[in-house]
Amino acid sequence: MPINFAAQLNSVLAALILLTAFGLLAQRRIYGLLHLFAWQGLFLSISTAVVGYAAGQRHLYISSILTLALKVIVLPYILHVLIIRLGIHKEIETLVNIPATMLMGIALVIFSYHLTSPIRELSTLVTRSTIAIALATVMLGLLMMITRKHAVTQIIGFLAMENGLFFAATSATYGMPLVVELGVALDILIAAFIFGIFFFHIRTTFDSLDVEQMARLKEED
Amino acid sequence: MISPFILTSASLFVILLALILVPLLSRSQRLLIVSVFSLTAVASLLTLTAGIWTVRDGITESYIILLGLPDLPFHMRLDPLSGFFLTVIGALGFMVSVYSIGYVKGFIGHRPVTSLVVFYSLFLAGMFMVVLADDAFFFLISWEVMAAASYFLVMFEDEKTENRRAAFLYLVVAHIGAIAILLSFGLMAGSATGFEGFNGYTFDAMRHATFPPHWAAVAFFLAFFGFAAKAGVVPLHVWLPEAHPVAPSNVSALMSGIMLKTAIYGIVRVTFDLIRDFPWWWGTVVLIFGLASALLGILYALQQQDLKKLLAYSSVENIGIILIGIGLSMTFAAFHNPVLSALALTAGLYHTLNHAMFKGLLFMGAGAVLHATHERNMEETGGLIHKMPWTSALFLIGCLSISALPPFNGFVSEWLTFQAFLLSTALPSTLLNLLIPLGAALLALAAALAAMCFVKAFGVTFLGQWRGRHHPHIHEVDWSMRTGMGMAAIACLCLGIFPTVMINWMDAVSVMLVRGKLSESAGAFGWLWLTPLSHERASYSGPIVLLGIVGVVSVVFLLLHARRRTIHRGPLWDCGFEKITPRMQYTATAFSMPIRRVLGFLFHVRERQEAKRHPVHKAFIERLRYSLRVRDHLWDWLYQPVADVSFWVARRVGRLQQGRIQVYLIYSFVTIILLLVLLR
Amino acid sequence: MSEILSYLLEGVQILLLLSAAPVFTGWVRTVRCWLQGRTTAGIFQPYRDLTKLFYKDIVLAENASWIFRFTPYLVFGAAVLAGAIIPILSVDLPLSTTADVIALVALFAMARFFTALAGMDVGTAFGGMGSSREMTIASLAEPAMLMAVFTVSLVSKSTSLSQMVQVIGHGQLILRPSLAFALLAFVLITLAETGRVPVDNPVTHLELTMIHEGMILEYSGRHLALIEWAGMMKLFLFAVLGIASFFPWGIAEAGNLITLPMALLFLMTKLGLAGAGLVLIETGLAKMRLFRVPEFLGSAFLFATLGMLSYFMLE
Repeated sequence: MPINFAAQLNSVLAALILLTAFGLLAQRRIYGLLHLFAWQGLFLSISTAVVGYAAGQRHLYISSILTLALKVIVLPYILHVLIIRLGIHKEIETLVNIPATMLMGIALVIFSYHLTSPIRELSTLVTRSTIAIALATVMLGLLMMITRKHAVTQIIGFLAMENGLFFAATSATYGMPLVVELGVALDILIAAFIFGIFFFHIRTTFDSLDVEQMARLKEED
Repeated sequence: MISPFILTSASLFVILLALILVPLLSRSQRLLIVSVFSLTAVASLLTLTAGIWTVRDGITESYIILLGLPDLPFHMRLDPLSGFFLTVIGALGFMVSVYSIGYVKGFIGHRPVTSLVVFYSLFLAGMFMVVLADDAFFFLISWEVMAAASYFLVMFEDEKTENRRAAFLYLVVAHIGAIAILLSFGLMAGSATGFEGFNGYTFDAMRHATFPPHWAAVAFFLAFFGFAAKAGVVPLHVWLPEAHPVAPSNVSALMSGIMLKTAIYGIVRVTFDLIRDFPWWWGTVVLIFGLASALLGILYALQQQDLKKLLAYSSVENIGIILIGIGLSMTFAAFHNPVLSALALTAGLYHTLNHAMFKGLLFMGAGAVLHATHERNMEETGGLIHKMPWTSALFLIGCLSISALPPFNGFVSEWLTFQAFLLSTALPSTLLNLLIPLGAALLALAAALAAMCFVKAFGVTFLGQWRGRHHPHIHEVDWSMRTGMGMAAIACLCLGIFPTVMINWMDAVSVMLVRGKLSESAGAFGWLWLTPLSHERASYSGPIVLLGIVGVVSVVFLLLHARRRTIHRGPLWDCGFEKITPRMQYTATAFSMPIRRVLGFLFHVRERQEAKRHPVHKAFIERLRYSLRVRDHLWDWLYQPVADVSFWVARRVGRLQQGRIQVYLIYSFVTIILLLVLLR
Repeated sequence: MSEILSYLLEGVQILLLLSAAPVFTGWVRTVRCWLQGRTTAGIFQPYRDLTKLFYKDIVLAENASWIFRFTPYLVFGAAVLAGAIIPILSVDLPLSTTADVIALVALFAMARFFTALAGMDVGTAFGGMGSSREMTIASLAEPAMLMAVFTVSLVSKSTSLSQMVQVIGHGQLILRPSLAFALLAFVLITLAETGRVPVDNPVTHLELTMIHEGMILEYSGRHLALIEWAGMMKLFLFAVLGIASFFPWGIAEAGNLITLPMALLFLMTKLGLAGAGLVLIETGLAKMRLFRVPEFLGSAFLFATLGMLSYFMLE
């Protein structure tokens, strides 16, 4: 597969990743969120493999398999178990309505494009055009954390941000050293477990996972 | 030796003659109306000819008239830009003057029309002079004549409180704008001569001056603020929907059709002619204001039940579209792209002419409806197409034009604006490349909403059945009103099917202002096709669309009518409910309800329902009361605070008026002592 | 000689449009019957329906005006004119320079304007309801449509349809995410503009759920036949427009007559697939309530905007 085709495939996958990031912003149902997150992880791992092939960096293959195992299989499974144990089945409410969130998302994409244009001029890598998308994915993950009221969606937003950072690493510098990646992957796994434990605690204390309830924790005079 | 300038001065003299005739003829109102309006029609025709001639040949003439103050004579100048606007003013002025002969006759017996006639002539004269003025002094005098005359025209039916209130609001906003324009001219004049001596007040001096960049920006934005207040750009548009509906309809046609355009003339003159170098972000600011006006204007128009208020808000939208064209032109010019800048400028100016034509037609139609039914509220009318066939057909042409449907003129200018948007990818700035297409999408939304608004306006007023409780005797309007409207409708059609001819004619304007020509590429494929850049890029042929539709429609009609089948008339489909009444039709409020639901967060909507239930059986509702109020957010966010602050300041300053003589004497005494100390 | 040939080609294309549009609708109904396990009436049933309507008398409402009687002819005329402009079989059409994509959209808007007026003409609540809803949906679909057109025009550097066909048809086979997003947006907009599920149910009998049907409720006889035929042509034309913009391989070039039969074959295959795709969407989704349609159209706008952004960011 020639380099040019690899670059195009990478662009297509980047576009799909951006699409799933927007999908996470718009999706109302919690299983839909999980599925979208899994798809995002899948596209990410395929993209890593393609970049590994195009740039001739072998360690990216290992990262790709790691991403596949962790983000497509293990994490969604953990979250799935969490959702069943917590008994959440209804729709998620949002702080701002969905069209407004979409417009903010588009503004963030334009902003990140504008921000990364000097980097794009200077970079010589195959993946230079996807840096803007990576930054946009990070910001969209953060936007998702801001505009959602439910605790489980916040963790999905956090994980989406991490996806974006990983994608940025792949685009900007052909991935991080393998040791760093293994460390980060382990951290994510532990974070998922800790989140799960905390959710049970929150639920017992507040009887709901709506983060607005946590506003009760502030000091009242 | 006849020159366009001689024609223009002749027309001003004709108006003067009309004004002289007024006291002589004021006894016989009918004769007064016929003579004065015929004279204004002649005057408009003269300026129309002068304008067409000037632009076609690209003539520039300047004169100095020795009126005015001793050292400050009036400078007048006729160049392609003023010629273009003279054409616009003259064309609509002629049509509305013919229309007014019949319309104003409707006021005879109710009130004396002398003041209407006098101020109408002054209004027209003021507008002619504004576009001819070549120095700040004469410009502002003509501007004031225009504003004052239109104030009295708006106040014509002054027995109603809301009319007086609307006129007062209009006056306040017009003067705030005039102050801003004055300050701007002062700044530019000062920069031209270094704040010494008086010669900087001529536009020529301002043209040749170089402005320091920050002061140029201040001058531009002051001028933009002032002219935007007159043009009705959001957020300074609040006077428009108050003032235009209460004025007599021929005056509303003039105000909406041409007075707003003089403000556009001001913006174009100041930016492209007086301040010649500007950075790109000015154009983007103008573009943003244009987009906001376009969208908000049409959304408010959709919520109206008063036909003339709907038309007034729609003017806000169209001014927004014109500003979009001008803003794009400024941006392209700042990036040194003369062809694209000419395209955008042509789109904006073409829309100016188009809007004058179709808005004039629509207001004249609304006036005809008002004349015949004495109803301005659409929800009390309906079914007028059967009683007023000519008016409805002509109003339909106006609605088709304003909704930007081929083959009429509104489509051509909006199409050119879209082409200018699509070409923004030629700009070197990546941020603009991404943001401008979003602006194009907003314009598309506004244009589609305009179509919806005019389906509502035409459908509720003319179609269906009469919704009102009273059944007045309705008949078609007289020949003069029909002629006025008919001429505007023909103009709409011609401007739609001969765009290449118009662009060839308008070339002189874009050459003068942005040094770029559109006509070479626009007609390059043949006069039938409008190809802004090249025919591979985009092309449109108005005549062929018209012929195609007419051809297919005729062929199908003839084929189907060959077999003579009978047509039966039957009652309406009522789904089994036999007691269907005209009150069950869709009203104007009902028609726009989905948009109110979807986009209502942009304005302040208060909907209330009160049900009076049966005293014994609570499930049955005896009477239902529904009230809807849609308000501009800007009243609460912008105008109310400004009004509150002004009153607060006024109250504080009012403390100076103590009422006792000693205190006033102390003021004088202290002032004298201070002056003696400081000016020793 | 080549002039006469291109006029002949234009005529052939119009005849094709007139005869193939009902067949396309018949194909869509047939595939739907297969999916739902029912017996079909055959793909030529729309012909029989139209013939029946042409033979029937017209019953007009008592207060219908000339606009009501004029609208069917205008709608039909606009559809035929649009069909003469879009390159269905070949790009060598003398009328292809009459309108670009934006003008084409405006032609359909003109037909819709008059249909909405006809809906308001009779003075019933159903007509007004249909007109109001139709105009709302059309307004909200416009920004998405423009963005999709803009994205495609970025790739082909033109908004003229024959130019778009030639540029994309001749270009190399590159994976373009911008066109993929624009295609997705175009599919959603087509569903809205032609009034299919999930926006509007074309076979509903309940007046309160009608959008397009509500406006034409009072029509009968040959008027109704013309409007139905124009509706079928509109669906056909949107399918062909999508094919011309996104999958133009196979459309004959200028002056190249030999490839015409091949072009016809390609067209039939593509239309068959498009029809099947449409039925899959219609069967898989349920009709949305009216106030969910803005979200649907908002996502179409989002896809189109993403397409535009990916053009600048990735290509």
